[in-house]
Order: sequence, then C-alpha cells, then structure tokens
Amino acid sequence: MNDDNAAHVRDRVDAIYRSDSRRVLATLIRLLGDFDLAEEALHDAFATAVEQWPGKGIPSNPSAWLISTGRFKAVDRLRKSARFESADGEVLDRLQARETPDRGEEGVEDDRLRLIFTCCHPALSADAQIALTLREVCGLTTEEVARAFLTPASTLAQRIVRGKSKIRDAGIPYEIPSLSDLPDRLDSVLHVIYLVFNEGYVASAGPELTRESLSAEAIRLGRLLVELLPEPEAMGLLALMLLHEARRAGRTSSVGDLILLEDQDRSLWNREQIQEGVTLVERALTSRRIGPYSLQAAIAAVHAEAPDTASTDWAQIVALYDVLLKAEPSAVIELNRAAAIAMRDGPETGLELIDKILATGELVDYYPAHAARGELCRRLGRVSDARAAYTRTLELVTQEPERRFLERRLMELDSRG
Amino acid sequence: MKYLCLIYDNESEWQKFPKEVQDKYMGEYMAFGDSIKKSGQYVGANQLQPSHTATVVRSRNGKVSTTDGPFVETKEQLGGYYLVEAKDLNDAIQIASRIPSARSGAIEVRPIVERNAA
Repeated sequence: MNDDNAAHVRDRVDAIYRSDSRRVLATLIRLLGDFDLAEEALHDAFATAVEQWPGKGIPSNPSAWLISTGRFKAVDRLRKSARFESADGEVLDRLQARETPDRGEEGVEDDRLRLIFTCCHPALSADAQIALTLREVCGLTTEEVARAFLTPASTLAQRIVRGKSKIRDAGIPYEIPSLSDLPDRLDSVLHVIYLVFNEGYVASAGPELTRESLSAEAIRLGRLLVELLPEPEAMGLLALMLLHEARRAGRTSSVGDLILLEDQDRSLWNREQIQEGVTLVERALTSRRIGPYSLQAAIAAVHAEAPDTASTDWAQIVALYDVLLKAEPSAVIELNRAAAIAMRDGPETGLELIDKILATGELVDYYPAHAARGELCRRLGRVSDARAAYTRTLELVTQEPERRFLERRLMELDSRG
Repeated sequence: MKYLCLIYDNESEWQKFPKEVQDKYMGEYMAFGDSIKKSGQYVGANQLQPSHTATVVRSRNGKVSTTDGPFVETKEQLGGYYLVEAKDLNDAIQIASRIPSARSGAIEVRPIVERNAA
C-alpha cells in the first residue's frame, strides 16, 4: 500500500459517501430498527472502509459491503454493551432473530421510500418532519439545517432528538403506507418538500430574498420521489419547483432587489428547467388524477412559456385557477385568481375581487393581498389609495428586499403627487 | 404494542341529542367494540360519567386537598377510552379512526409504556 493508493481510495470513499450513504443508512435503519444505532453503524462502516480498502481493494458492490459491515459493527457494539445493559440484550436478540441481509440490493430503493415516509409521518410535528427529512434523507448536518432555517443549532438538534424518540416510542413503523393510506401520506411528504423549497425560494425572514441551497435540496428530493414513486402529484410538485426555480435569475436584481414578473428579463430564465418542468406537467395532467400541485405547475408553465406579460394567455391562467379553487378552496388562491383576472379584464375588476376577499376578514394580515391592492390602485391612478395599501404592506413585510421594493414604490407615488 | 385511545367529545352536544340519536350512537359503539374483539385488538374499554362528576385530588406534605371538576377545562371532554393491541402506530391510527366519536370529536392515541417483568 502506498500513499497514492491510500489517497485514491479516500477519494473513492468520499464519492461513495456522497452518492450512497443515504441509501445505506435507509437500509441499516430497517435492519437495525433504530435511527441512532443505524447512524453509528453507518459511521463505523465508512471508517472500516477507509481502513481496509487501501489494502484489500474496493469491493465490487460497495453499498452491499457497507450495509453488511455496518450491521456487523452494530451487532458487535450491542454485544459489548449488552453485558452491562439488559435492554441492549433484548435489541440484540431481536436483531439476531432477523434474517441476514444477503439478498443483494433487492428492496433497497424501497428502504429510501420507507425513510422518506417515516420522516414525513403526520404524527410528527411539521418542524420535526422538515428537520428529520433534511438530516436523514438528504444527509445535511444539523448545523447546515440550522443555518438554512436561521434557527440555533441546539434547537434543531433537540427537534431531531424529539422526532426520533417519537418514532421509537410511539411505534411509527418503517414502512411504505398501504395503498388506501397512500394519498394522505403522500400529501404530507409533498408538503414537507414544498415547504423546504419555499423556504429556499422565498426566505421567510432575513437579509437575503432566497436561500438557493434549500431549493436545490428540495428539487433533489422531488426528483428522488418521482424516481421512487412516479405519482402524478409528485411529478406536479417537481414541475412546479423547476418552473419557479427557472425564474430565479430574473427574480432579483444584481443588488438583491425584487423584480416583478412583468419586469423580469425573460432571457435570464433557465430554458432547460422550463422544458423539464413543462414535460413533467404534461405527464401529470394526462394521468386524469389532477391535483393542486399539478395545477399550480400548469399555471407556472403558462407563465414560463409566454414571451412577455402582455402576450401571456391570461384566460387560460384564470381557467386553471378556477379548477384549482374547486380542488383546494383557499383565500390565497382566490387572491391569485383576482390578480390574473385583473390582467385579463383590467385592474378595476381585479380590485373589486380583492376588496371582496378582504371584506370577508380573510388575508387582512397577508402582505401580498395589500401589495396586489396597491399595485392595482397605482395602475388606476388612485395615488392615495395605492399609498395607503403600500404603507399597510410595509407594516406586514418581514423581508429586507421586499421592504426596499415597497419603499421604492412609495417614493415613485410621492413624485406623482 | 398497546395503545390507549382517549375519546374526547362535546358532552353538552351529546346530552342535547334526542334519545333515538343517542341510541344509534351507542349501537355504533357496540358494533365497533365487537369488531375489535373479533380481531383480537381489544384489551379494555370504559365509558366515563360526565366531566361534572370529576374530582381532582392532590397530596402535599401529607395534606390531601380535593377540588371539584376535571383537571383541565376544555371544549371537548374525556368521555371514555379503549385500550387496544396494535402492530404499530399506523395500525393504532386505523383503529382509532373507526371509533364513532372520531367523526364528531377527537381521539388521542397514546402508546403504553411496556415494562417487561424482570
């Protein structure tokens, strides 16, 4: 063994860690029946690889080797501590009673799906679902997740510990839901992925408008899900994320200021992502099981394919919002529909609809409602109404770039008198 | 695993129901009880007297104090429970979703701490 060889093996181990560690972990959790034990086993398996592979060579099937080494190390670890703790002895008995994992990689992809469904189990709090998914499925470190969500690492670590102990103590099973439970449980998974994406796309607070790495992570998760479980709504969500992500470069100026859709330089949009998104929407829509994510993606696709705001097919967008409202009645969707109607039929009609929504008491503290109202008043030349609406928006907004945008709008209105 | 399914429902609503509605409800409870006995998931169950019959007892430094009423006042009251044997939480959720009060009130599902006889 020479140093060159050792360095080469170390590079390969690093690459295998990046590509396969989540797969190996997912299977170890199934075999060992415990998250913490599986994580230790994963760590032990990679440490052993670094030790042994330079001398013995890299095995032909590295993941299978890592899984069986990890399992062996876990049993060993338990055997040592079992002398002191009877509880470990019980785990050990159970483990040894299980069949040996010599079935190659069969069912390994199912393990990744099991892991996703377990981390996104609706019996866990939303915070715990997100933290566990990013930590266990995506393999981010606790510090990385904490930084992305502007949360102290200690808070995040606690969320993960609590989540794992609920999985263990409440008996959340490590399994893919039955066909009858699948729609509900898939919703929960899609919701977690979309929350992660949105946190990256529209950071809810802080100096930056977006946190790209979270969106990239959500898209990676979306791809994995479509690969493992090609359900129409999983495709719809992936399409929706890609179509939004495609506009990222056009969404903010070089100094990080917000640019509205109508003012964006569309040549900056990522055509490749748009193409992939559009193809996925078309696939999802032909399934005849059309859900809210696919419909939102279809709306995003109409925007993405239009050369500018004026030639956008607003009639089709309004029609899609009508279907979406039936599938998922919500005031936010009504607001978006009102904005589309303003584009189709003129600002006056849109404004009437927004005022009707606000009159119900819904969305009165939702800043996009006041921002949309301000925009329509501005277009109608109702300067003082526009100023009042933007001032209200400014009171509600928590992001710096949004704040700067509104301040700019208010200044423009002032100059108009 | 054993799970306790705590049944929370609106007592005053229930008392306002006409007799035939109450009977229909009880019939549904009977049918549910029979179904989990048949499947071997039933461990135990009881209906509780209304919450106004509750008494809260505390013992501090050897002195017992007794006060009226349930421990926490809530919109929905604890009205009974089932103790069930389930494969895992998903199985327990499936059982709980079939308890008649799941449709009007809510069921809290709590795993039982298992202590092995040493």
